[in-house]
Amino acid sequence: MKKIAYLAMSILGVAAIMSSCQPKSKTTSGALTSNAAERVYVNPGEHDEFYAFISGGFSGQLSVYGLPSGRLFKVIPVFSQDAEKAWGYNEETKPMLNTSHGFVPWDDSHHPDISQTNGELDGRYVFINGNNTPRIAKIDLSVFETTEIIEIPNSAGNHSSSFVTENTEYVVAGTRFSVPVPQRDMPINEYKGNFKGALSFISVNPEDGGMDIKFQLLMPGFDYDLSHPGRGASHGWFFFTTYNTEEASTLMEVNASQNDKDFIAAVNWKKIEEYVNNGGGTKMPANYAHNVYDEETHTATSTMKKEVLVVDPTEVPGAVFFLPTPKSPHGCDVDPTGEYIVGNGKLSADLTVHSFTKMLAAIEGEKFDGDAYGIPILKFEDVLAGTVKSGGLGPLHTEFDGNGNAYTTFFISSEVVKWNVGTWEVIDRQPCYYSVGHLMIPGGNSRKPFGKYVVAMNKITKDRYLPTGPEVTQSAQLYDISGEKMELLLDFPTVGEPHYAAGIAADIVKERSKKIYELSKNKHEYATTSDADVRVERNGKEVHVYMSMIRSHFNPDNIEGIKVGDKVYFHVTNLEQDYDVPHGVSMIGANTSELLIMPGQTETFVWEPKQVGVWPFYCTDFCSALHQEMQGYVRVSPADSNIDLKWSLGE
Amino acid sequence: MKKSRIIMLLGALLPLMLFLFPLWNITLEAPQYPTPLGMDIYINDFADANPHDIKNINLMNHYVGMKYIPDAIPEFKIFPIGIILTTLIGLFVAWKGNYKWFLYWFIMMVLVSTAGLIDFYLWEHDYGHNLDPRAIMKFTNEDGTPMGFQPPLFGTKDILNFRAHSYPQLGAYCLGLGIVLGLVAFFVGRKENRFQA
Repeated sequence: MKKIAYLAMSILGVAAIMSSCQPKSKTTSGALTSNAAERVYVNPGEHDEFYAFISGGFSGQLSVYGLPSGRLFKVIPVFSQDAEKAWGYNEETKPMLNTSHGFVPWDDSHHPDISQTNGELDGRYVFINGNNTPRIAKIDLSVFETTEIIEIPNSAGNHSSSFVTENTEYVVAGTRFSVPVPQRDMPINEYKGNFKGALSFISVNPEDGGMDIKFQLLMPGFDYDLSHPGRGASHGWFFFTTYNTEEASTLMEVNASQNDKDFIAAVNWKKIEEYVNNGGGTKMPANYAHNVYDEETHTATSTMKKEVLVVDPTEVPGAVFFLPTPKSPHGCDVDPTGEYIVGNGKLSADLTVHSFTKMLAAIEGEKFDGDAYGIPILKFEDVLAGTVKSGGLGPLHTEFDGNGNAYTTFFISSEVVKWNVGTWEVIDRQPCYYSVGHLMIPGGNSRKPFGKYVVAMNKITKDRYLPTGPEVTQSAQLYDISGEKMELLLDFPTVGEPHYAAGIAADIVKERSKKIYELSKNKHEYATTSDADVRVERNGKEVHVYMSMIRSHFNPDNIEGIKVGDKVYFHVTNLEQDYDVPHGVSMIGANTSELLIMPGQTETFVWEPKQVGVWPFYCTDFCSALHQEMQGYVRVSPADSNIDLKWSLGE
Repeated sequence: MKKSRIIMLLGALLPLMLFLFPLWNITLEAPQYPTPLGMDIYINDFADANPHDIKNINLMNHYVGMKYIPDAIPEFKIFPIGIILTTLIGLFVAWKGNYKWFLYWFIMMVLVSTAGLIDFYLWEHDYGHNLDPRAIMKFTNEDGTPMGFQPPLFGTKDILNFRAHSYPQLGAYCLGLGIVLGLVAFFVGRKENRFQA
C-alpha cells in the first residue's frame, strides 16, 4: 500500500514540476482561474487537507468546515441552545449555559483559537469567546464537543478574546466595553476615570485543559478591541488594540473617533504572573459561573465562583506599556517570528507595524511620552517598524503565511491585500464580495502557518448566491496563496456571521477523533448499561425511567402507571458500541427537544404528561433497517388513579 | 543429537504458538463497514479484531435469527488440554528418538486436527442454520429451503450484504508446520537409521 502511495506521490511530484515549468500566460485580473474547480474538488470518500473552525457570530456556535472544499461537517453547539443535539435542552447540558445572570440560551461567538505547544498548533482544543454575556468556551477536539465554559466577571462585550499563549499557558479574554468595577449604580456620564477595562488571563491546565481565571488586569476605561500573543522572542507578552481612549460613553461613532492615535497595550504577562505567584494582587468578591462537562458522567456541572484576583497595572512597574497606534485600530496581529505587531487602523488607509525589539529598547531607555493613568506611553516613532501604504481603506485583520508575507483585509475597499513583512510593500490585491471582515490562514496565528490558503469572511453577500428573501447567508471566500498572486477559488456560505476562524492540518486532528464513547466507562448517575438495570422508579410525583436503546428497540418499550401531573425523567442510554450508530428519542408533547444519543452515552429529557391516554415515543435518528419499528408507548392515567408502575419489553 | 530428533523437538513445540497467535479469522465486509468486522478465533477465546466487533456481529446477525457468538465454548477448555498433551507426547517421542514413533505422532496430530476442523465446521453449521423461528428477516434459497448464513470453513463467500472471509492465521500455520516437521523427522530419522545400519 505504502509503495503505491510513494509511487503516486512521486508521479504527482513530477507532474507538479512539469506544470510549474509551463509558461504562465494566464492573467488573473481578479477573475477565476480556469482550473479552480479541480483545485477545490475533493473526490467522494476522500478527506479535505484542512479543518476550518469558523465562528458562528450571532448563531453562538462554531462550525466545522473542510478546506479546500468548503464542505460543512458539523455545527458544534457552544453558547446557544441547539434542539438538534439537545444542547441546553437535555438535563445533562443545561448547566453549561448557566451564568451569573441565570440560564442564558444564546451568545455571540467570535474568535476561535486552537491550542498551541511551542508556538505551533497541537490540535487538542479550540477556544472561543461569547461576546455578549462574557464567557470563554473550550471545545475538546477528541470529541468535537464543548466541554467547558467559564464566565468572565468585571467584563462586558468580551471581544479581545480568546487567544492562547505559545504553550496554551493562558487563554486571554479582554473586555471591549469598560464598566464600573465592581458593578454599581452610578451616572453613565461619570464614565471617564471611573470605568475599568478588565483583561483576564485564564490558565489552562496542561493535563486536562481545565480553565481557571489566574488574574484580571484592571486597565483604564478604554475599549479593548482585539489581542494576540507574542511568540518566539516576544513570548511572555500580549498585545491588545484599544479604541475610545477618549473614554466617551455616548454617540461613540463620533466621540470615540476623535483621537488621532489610540493605543496598543503591551502586557508582560510573565512579569504579572510572577507578581501574582509572589502574593501580588487583590482578591475581589465576584460571582461567575464555571461549567464543566465530564466525558464519563456525560453530565455538566455548574459551579458559582465567588472571588477573582485583580491586579492594578501601576503596581507592577515595567509590566504594561502603551504603543500609540493611529486610527482606532481593530485587529492586533503578531507575525510568526514575534517581532512585528500589526495595528490595523480601521479608519485609515495605512497599517502601522510596531517592532518588538524597538519597543524593548524604548522601554530600556525609558523614552516615554507621558502616561495614561500611570501607564507609560512609548513614543510612536521609537517603536514604529514601518507603515504599509496600502492604497486600500479600512484595514481590519492581518494573517501571515510563514513565507514572509502578510495578508490584510480591508472592509471599506472590500479586498485582501498581500504585503511583504519587512519592506512593507504591497505585492498583490484581490477583491472580496463584499466587505470582508476577518481572514484566516490555517495556523496563521502561530509560529508555523500552513501558508496554502486564505479564507476571507465577508460581512455582506447580496447577489452572490440564489436569493433567499431579505435575509441571505454570509459568505466565505477561499484564495490560493501558494503563488505570487492570490487566486480566488471558491465561494461558500457560512453559518451565522463568522468573526474569525482557526484552521489546522487535518492530520493533526483526525486520528484523535473518537468514534464512540466506551459503555464500560459510562459513569452517568442514571446510566442503564445492561438490560438487567432497566427499571422505572417513582419518588412522589417524580418518575425516573432507566431506559436503554439498541438496534432496534427501546427497553422498556411499554410503560404503565404514569399519571397526569407526574414529572417523568427519561434517562436513556445508547448501548451501541459501533461507529456512527446514534439513536434519537422523543415523546409526543414533550416541551423540550429530542435527544440525540451517541453510542455509549446517556442523556435525559423531562416529560410532564398533561393528558390521559396512551402516548408513543420513537427513535428520531434513522438507525437501522428496523428504525421505523423502534417505538414504544406510555400509558398515562388520571392523577388520582392507583395503577402500579409496570414496564416491559417483548411481553 | 541426531538431526531427526531436533526436527521432531521443533515439531512438537511449534503448536504451542497457538497460545500466542490466533488459529483462525473470520472477517465480514460490507459497504457501510469501511473498517470490516472481524473475529479472531484463538484456541481458548473469541477475540474482536477491532474493539466491539463481536458485539456488532451479533447485532447484525440477530436480524436473521442467528444466535449470539458465545463468550465461551467447551472447546476452549478441551483444545488447550489437547495441544498440551500432544506436545508432551511429541517431546517424549523426540526424547526417545525412535523415528517410527515420529510417524505415529504425525498421524495422531493429523487425526486430532481433522477432528478439530470437523468440530469447527459443525459449530459453524449450527451457527449459520439453527435460526430463531421468530427472526426479523427470513430468507429462502431458490428451492424454497430456508437460507443459511454459515460462514465458509475456508475461503470467501457472499452472505447477503456481507462478504465473509475465513482463513487460518499464524497459530494454525505453526500447528501445520509442527505436524509436517513430525513427518520430516520421520523421513530424516529413517535415513539416519539406514546410514547407521
